[in-house]
Order: sequence, then C-alpha cells, then structure tokens
Amino acid sequence: MFDWLESFADWFVYSILQISAESHLGTALNFFVYDTIKILILLFVIVFIMGIVNAYFPVERLRNLLQRKKLYGLEYFLSSIFGAITPFCSCSSVPLFIGFVKGGIPLGVTFSFLITSPLVNEVAIAMFIGLFGWEATLIYAGSGILLGTLGGWLLGKFNLESWLTDWVKKLMDNTSQEKVAVNEQKRGFLERIPEISREAWGIVNSVLLYIIIGIGIGAAMHGYVPGDFFTEYLGNGSWWTVPFAVILAVPMYANAAAIVPVIEVFVAKGVPLGTAIAFMMATVGLSLPEGTLLKKVMTMKLIAVFFGVVTIFIILSGYLFNLII
Amino acid sequence: MKKIKILGPGCPKCKATHQNVLKALESLQLDADVQKVEDMEEMLKYDVMTTPVLLIDETIHIKGRVAQVSEIKELLKQ
Repeated sequence: MFDWLESFADWFVYSILQISAESHLGTALNFFVYDTIKILILLFVIVFIMGIVNAYFPVERLRNLLQRKKLYGLEYFLSSIFGAITPFCSCSSVPLFIGFVKGGIPLGVTFSFLITSPLVNEVAIAMFIGLFGWEATLIYAGSGILLGTLGGWLLGKFNLESWLTDWVKKLMDNTSQEKVAVNEQKRGFLERIPEISREAWGIVNSVLLYIIIGIGIGAAMHGYVPGDFFTEYLGNGSWWTVPFAVILAVPMYANAAAIVPVIEVFVAKGVPLGTAIAFMMATVGLSLPEGTLLKKVMTMKLIAVFFGVVTIFIILSGYLFNLII
Repeated sequence: MKKIKILGPGCPKCKATHQNVLKALESLQLDADVQKVEDMEEMLKYDVMTTPVLLIDETIHIKGRVAQVSEIKELLKQ
C-alpha cells in the first residue's frame, strides 16, 4: 500500500539530499521521512472516516439510543465504542458527561464513554498502524474498548452518584428545562465533505509538530539506546514491570503522537508489547489535566476511584496481553 | 441588533469560532452583541454535549464544529 512512499523516501533522501544509503544518518532520515508521511496520511484518513460516522451518528443520537433502557448490558459496550470513534477533545468531556447524566443515562455507562474516549484516539490509532501494523492496532483498540466496557460496568456497581459535585446532583434532580431552539441546517453528504475534510486537516495540523518530534525522538533512540537497555530493566518478565510502567505513566501526560514512537523503541529493544501498550494507555488515558477538568463534576473521592479502577484495569490488560502474545 | 453567543470552555476550536464570527461581522459591516460563554453552568442551560456551539438570538445554529466565516455570513443575513 505504501510502496510508492518508500520509493519517494529513497529518492528524497538518497538523490535529492545526497545522503548515502549506507550511512547511519541516511537510513535514519529515510525512516523518518517515510514514517512521518505515512502516519500523516493514515491520520487524515482515520479522522475523515470518524468525521463521516459522527456526521451521521452524532453523540445526541447515541444518548437517545442509550436512554431506551433494554439493552441488556450492551449499553456499556456501545458507549465505549463511541468513546473510541469520537474524536477526543478534553474540553468536550465535561459537557458530554453532564449531557449523559442529565439525560438519565446511568453513571457507569457514562464512565464507559469517558474511559475509552482518551484511551483509544485517532492519533494513537494512526501511529499504531504506521509503526506496529494492523494486528497490534486491533489489540490496542480492542483492549481499550474492552477496558472501557468493563471499567464502566464495575464503576456502575459502586453506586457513586452521591460522590458527584453538588451542582451536578441538582442538575440530575431538575431534569426539566426550557427547550432551546435548534435550527441546524440539514445537509447532504456531499455538502458535508468539505467541512469534514477541514476538520480532519485541523486535527492533523494540530498534532503535526508532536508527530514530527515523536518520530524524531524515536528515530534517534533507535540508533543510540543500547539494545539491551530496556530489556535489562523492563523486559525481563518480572511480575512488577507492568504495574511499575503503568504507575510511572499515570501522572505523565504526553500527546499520543509523541508517546507511540517512543514505545515502539521500547518494544524493539525487548519490552513486551503488553507492557508497552499499558504504559501508553496510562499516559494518554489518565492524566492530571484531565483530573482537574473533572473536578468540576466529580468530588476528589470519585476521581480517585475512577482513576484507581482504570489504572487497575490497564495493569490487568497489560498482563493479559503479555500472556497471550 | 443580533445577539450572538459562542459556547465553549476556551478550547482552540471555540476561539476559532469566535474569530470567525468577528470576521463575518466585519465583512458585513454589522454590529452585534457577541458573547463568549465559557462558564460551564451557563453553557449547560443550552443542553449542549459538543462544543463549540454558535447561537444567534438564542437559537442554536451550529454545534460541535468550527463555523466558517461564509456560513456565519449566510446565517446573519437571514
């Protein structure tokens, strides 16, 4: 699929820049050009597809679907899937949370969305396909969705409603509200294309720099980190390596674009894929900035339980994948 | 005078929408009461789940994406 890009990278680095294919710099630069362009194309395509799905199945429709009660547990799964395919924007998570809770959707189902939304995001998926291939991407996205489903279900069992902040509780009691007039124009598919591609470009543009930095760091690490460095510390299969990697990652906040190339190096240098995915999930899925945003709707106790459950599930999925891969 | 509100907690998309509204007004030589609503409680009165949202005279016209200058101009002409 990307043969043409390989030829382009060869031509660009070896003929135009005249850097020898035998030199270390030449191969590194070739990788860098190839990976960066490939990932940008993948990201654009993924965001574009997500845009089409969201245009036809907006989150309001999901809410209506979830409000019809009889889904026999499937609601957690649906909510989690939607968390995965909705482009993640941290500034939308609070309005969305309120919208769900106020719409009478159980807290657990709302949590399913909230867990998966940052965990499985378009940037990470594009980078996974580009750097690890399809199989690893499916494992990553699948485990993220599963994690959101189970995590939300478990959190729902705890009856945590009383730990929401007071004004959210008030909102829940007072579900009747004046109707706001909506006058959104209905548009056909072709009319939406320019707007969807504009959104996709916007997202690509906003992470472009991170992708370049991330791949740059990855390329540099490949060459200069000794081959057994990580194996010695994280790859020797000790039981504590997964929780260690995850707990190390929770307070860290990095854009998925910057973290995936780095864990690709981890894996190449001997860290098991499960441990690496767990590390990445904890970095992008749980972060202090997110916790700060959620403080508006959740008490500290609830945030702690939420983070705690997700952390434990990420650790468990790390173990699981190390076992089965 | 039209009342325009942009709902959004201050993310880049909300700022872009605000800029586009100002550009549209300028090119139409219109004056309007433009308000940026960043307070969450105020925002939720409008039952929005995706931001940014563009309201003109208390009617939601565009939500969940950045409104383009040309679109806003069309809406303002109505």
